[in-house]
Amino acid sequence: MSYVITVAIFISIYAIVAYGLNIIVGYAGQISLGHAAFFGIGAYSAALLTTKAGLTFWGALPIVILISAIIGILCGLPSLRVKNDFLAITTIGINFIVEAIFLYIPFFGGALGLGGIPRVVFWGTKLKGGNYLALCLCVLLLVVLINRWFAKRWMGLACIALREDETAASSMGISPMRFKLIAFVMGTAIAGVGGALYAHQMHFIAPSDFGFTVSVMLLSFVVLGGMGTLWGPLLGALILGSLPELARPLANYRMLLYSALLLLMIRFQPQGLLGKNSFLLSIFSRKERGNG
Amino acid sequence: MLIEQILNGLATGSTYALIALGLALVYGILGILHVAHAGVYMVGAYIGIGIYSLTGNIFLAMIASMVFCGFLGVAIERYIYFPLLKFPPYVPLISSIAIFTGMEELIRLIAGPTVQTYSLTLPFPTLKIKGMVISSNLMGIYIITALVFFLLWYFSTQTETGLAMRATSQDMAVASSLGINSQRIIDLSFFISSAIAALAGVLVGIYYNTVSPGMGAVPAYKALALIVVGGLGSVPGAVIASLALGIAETVLIGFAHVPLPRDALAFIAMIVVLMWKPQGLFGRKG
Repeated sequence: MSYVITVAIFISIYAIVAYGLNIIVGYAGQISLGHAAFFGIGAYSAALLTTKAGLTFWGALPIVILISAIIGILCGLPSLRVKNDFLAITTIGINFIVEAIFLYIPFFGGALGLGGIPRVVFWGTKLKGGNYLALCLCVLLLVVLINRWFAKRWMGLACIALREDETAASSMGISPMRFKLIAFVMGTAIAGVGGALYAHQMHFIAPSDFGFTVSVMLLSFVVLGGMGTLWGPLLGALILGSLPELARPLANYRMLLYSALLLLMIRFQPQGLLGKNSFLLSIFSRKERGNG
Repeated sequence: MLIEQILNGLATGSTYALIALGLALVYGILGILHVAHAGVYMVGAYIGIGIYSLTGNIFLAMIASMVFCGFLGVAIERYIYFPLLKFPPYVPLISSIAIFTGMEELIRLIAGPTVQTYSLTLPFPTLKIKGMVISSNLMGIYIITALVFFLLWYFSTQTETGLAMRATSQDMAVASSLGINSQRIIDLSFFISSAIAALAGVLVGIYYNTVSPGMGAVPAYKALALIVVGGLGSVPGAVIASLALGIAETVLIGFAHVPLPRDALAFIAMIVVLMWKPQGLFGRKG
């Protein structure tokens, strides 16, 4: 049972981070293949603040969000100037550089990483197992609500307009840079929260936890679930996150199966399981017509 | 020692160039970031070592590996990329990453996860200038790479098919309307670039004496940075950027001991170039 709870904690943490990415990629249409960098920045700042500065999780959290957001602005300002494939490669570059900084600067613990991160304490009890899962699920719910709120606000609508047609949107007076940056920073701040939760679950973090493969995994959660949909990232995280665990009996063939399934899903359902033309939606919409 | 470092850097740069030029060719024609290209390169290295250990003939191994990987590249394009072209570019990109990890896993299962040594001497002369020795393997890499560059230059500028290929890369719709069979040209460019990647795999295997399932991981993303620096879709740009990076890496890190991670250098160069000249060094405007 504790194994299932641990898996559920990781899936919900990855889902939180994927919801941050959903704002950047799904609503604002800006591809990011470096989201794990901000996940890592959140985790490292939480780890440093709680182990070296002696703060509690709750005291560190606002600072973590602030740090992730500020680094998000610093990375977003130059990289959002470029589009599409250039942006994809630039964000890959950001991921590699951030990982290299964690790896090469002794302050961040180098290849050995940072250890001894304490458990989260809430009303005098140390959260672990089911309690920690409850905390992660609460944050997940909050993040889903933020996504919903964002999509309905004016800035969310502006981002969606930019995604659909940047020229048309900017001729209506929507500043592309401003709204792309807002979306980017919201995404990185949410990734930072996910990172803090991750650090306190793992107690020990290393640079390789936030490598480029994690960015790819996060993007595939969002794309396979359905970009810019409210439940897509959660569905993607549930399916792709539990798959490697369910396939554990296959031992060595596990990762091969994972990549084969990812390939099949993206090949035959490229707009996501909850996106346009999806077979899942076509089944549901037959039942509840007009509710899409 | 600086000259020796530069010569080593030139060899590293040549292998980068052989990988990156195919990536630039594919991007120029289909607009896809073909991450799985590095998977083809890794498969090429393994097929090369396999056939070499069976026959003992390295040139036969190179050619067989190039032909096999050429068809592998065409198969990836036909069955995965082509149906996904109408979707936004991240869709083929994710499929490409999935193919890449799949290939790594497959080779890991077939050939084993460990590093395999691959020790042989290419039948090229050893050069001695003023007490400095250029080994025959290094000479082999220079000569083979130069030959590939020459053939590719000759093909793309002096033959009609090469002209058709460049036309397709500039505007596929107009090229097809002028009677160019664009499907054939796409197949051909995937065949050529994958075959060259396989050759790069075999050469890297010889140069470092090892092949491993993870050998494609660094080139996969470094080559992306290289084609951005060269100007996405520009083959000469990708070649020049690769040679420059190869030399810069060995000289800055091996000779000047700049405290930077070697593999991050390409991305730092890329971000600098993007800030200063967003279309890349040799990119088309617009």
